[in-house]
Amino acid sequence: MSCIERPAIKPTEISQSFWDACTEGKLVVQKCKACEKLRHYPQLLCPSCHSDDVEWSEIAATGTIYTYTIARRPFHPAWKDNAPYALVTVEMEGGVRMLGDILNVDPEAVKIGGSVKVEFEDMPGQGVVPRFRLVN
Amino acid sequence: MSLSGSCVIAGIGQTPFTRGTEKSTVGLHLEAALEAIADAGLKPSDIDGVMPNELAGTIAEDFIVNLGLENVAFSSTMRHGGASLLSAVKSACLAIHCGVAKHVLLVAGRRGFSQQRMSKASEGTIPPHPLFREFNEFESPFGNTAPLQWFAPAAMRHMHEFGTTSEQLGQIALICRDNAQLNPLALMQGKKMTMEDYLASPMIADPYRKFDCSLETDGATAFVITSAERGRDLKKPGVPILGLGEGHGTPPTNMTQKRDMAKVEGMEQAGRLAFDMAGLRPTDINSVQLYDAFTWVVLSTLEDLGFCKKGEGGSLVDSGVLKLDGGLPLNTSGGLLSEGHCSGANLISEAVRQLRGEVEPVRQISDCNYILISGEGHFHEGAVAILGRPV
Repeated sequence: MSCIERPAIKPTEISQSFWDACTEGKLVVQKCKACEKLRHYPQLLCPSCHSDDVEWSEIAATGTIYTYTIARRPFHPAWKDNAPYALVTVEMEGGVRMLGDILNVDPEAVKIGGSVKVEFEDMPGQGVVPRFRLVN
Repeated sequence: MSLSGSCVIAGIGQTPFTRGTEKSTVGLHLEAALEAIADAGLKPSDIDGVMPNELAGTIAEDFIVNLGLENVAFSSTMRHGGASLLSAVKSACLAIHCGVAKHVLLVAGRRGFSQQRMSKASEGTIPPHPLFREFNEFESPFGNTAPLQWFAPAAMRHMHEFGTTSEQLGQIALICRDNAQLNPLALMQGKKMTMEDYLASPMIADPYRKFDCSLETDGATAFVITSAERGRDLKKPGVPILGLGEGHGTPPTNMTQKRDMAKVEGMEQAGRLAFDMAGLRPTDINSVQLYDAFTWVVLSTLEDLGFCKKGEGGSLVDSGVLKLDGGLPLNTSGGLLSEGHCSGANLISEAVRQLRGEVEPVRQISDCNYILISGEGHFHEGAVAILGRPV
């Protein structure tokens, strides 16, 4: 077993709420209070209306695979025993996307258009993070 | 007051591309710099502008102290990854055009084999990039850690939307490899490849196989840029810089949130601006030297620059037009895929040699008036230059 941990997540002032929500099993993204657009990854200003007035909005923990890749070899010491593994780019509610790894599945089963749901997992050195699972 | 044609590439210098070197990165850069300055018929003391390359990690002071430069009045480093170099060419032209500097030295290239080897990233040789705040927080913690993985999903999406095939990506690798057979400077000279070889090469990050990926080489390339007027007095006829453009796309900080991942978004604007500045269209271009860190980037760049409609890059590749004798030859040196990965600088030096008529006759493009060069950096940022024939 590799004892090297996955890269640590270092929340910033503008992203802390995302990770805090994960510990409560909720998926939230920034919502502009001026024009109501959702945005992710977190930014200081709304790129549409430039307001800095923001709230965190819970979105459905389900989505559709927009694209993916399968790592056939590890590219980082922490994944030395994990390859092959799939990384999925998922279209979520409101048009935002998330990138993540996918749990307990043969990577060959991952297809564009496939449905996934988020599950939260407490990872060593990372805290509670969202991961994806295929749903049929 | 147009920038088009106001500046020329006056000199080029290039170290050999190797797998292993005794030299430091700065040492390689100095070797290439001295060659470029001499190629222009200048002395180091003539250099008054220095543009180090982001990817190499060098600084202007490396050149000032080692070359004894006493008159440096302009220095700047662009931070657009693989698009940095062509953006730097534009900045150099602006500085010269405005009279801030007369002779600007640009140097690029890494020790991609001896120091930062992408395929050995699993051993932790790639340091985390401080510019990638979002990426480091939301992507690398899930295992998206190598450049290959950033770009593979874009190629996958393009294949899904347009039916682009592995064989079409493979054709790009084969064209570069075929061209390398005719280039004594190419690391892959003497190593021919067939479609069977390509398809049999190991899948690394779907849809990318080993032979979709550029080489890991040590080496550096340098240029001297000066005004068209000054260029007329120098050793060799200057190669005119006719069109320049850059584009960044939205967002340029990660791939995941791009509205349309199946294109190199920054390239669209870069190409439009460069063609507008030069007063040219894709049909005027005689050869393309396109940034080929990975095969699909070339295919999409051809679409995004308007050499064909979006989604028809695969058909363009199938048509054979990109072969050396096809009418629009691609990466005639072998490119990053088969000559060497010099942060795209070798695409520029090849274009300069072609336009000067200095390459081996067997691969010299006949009646070559205009060559387009592209750079792709970070998450689909783009930069384009169009060079013309020396007058």
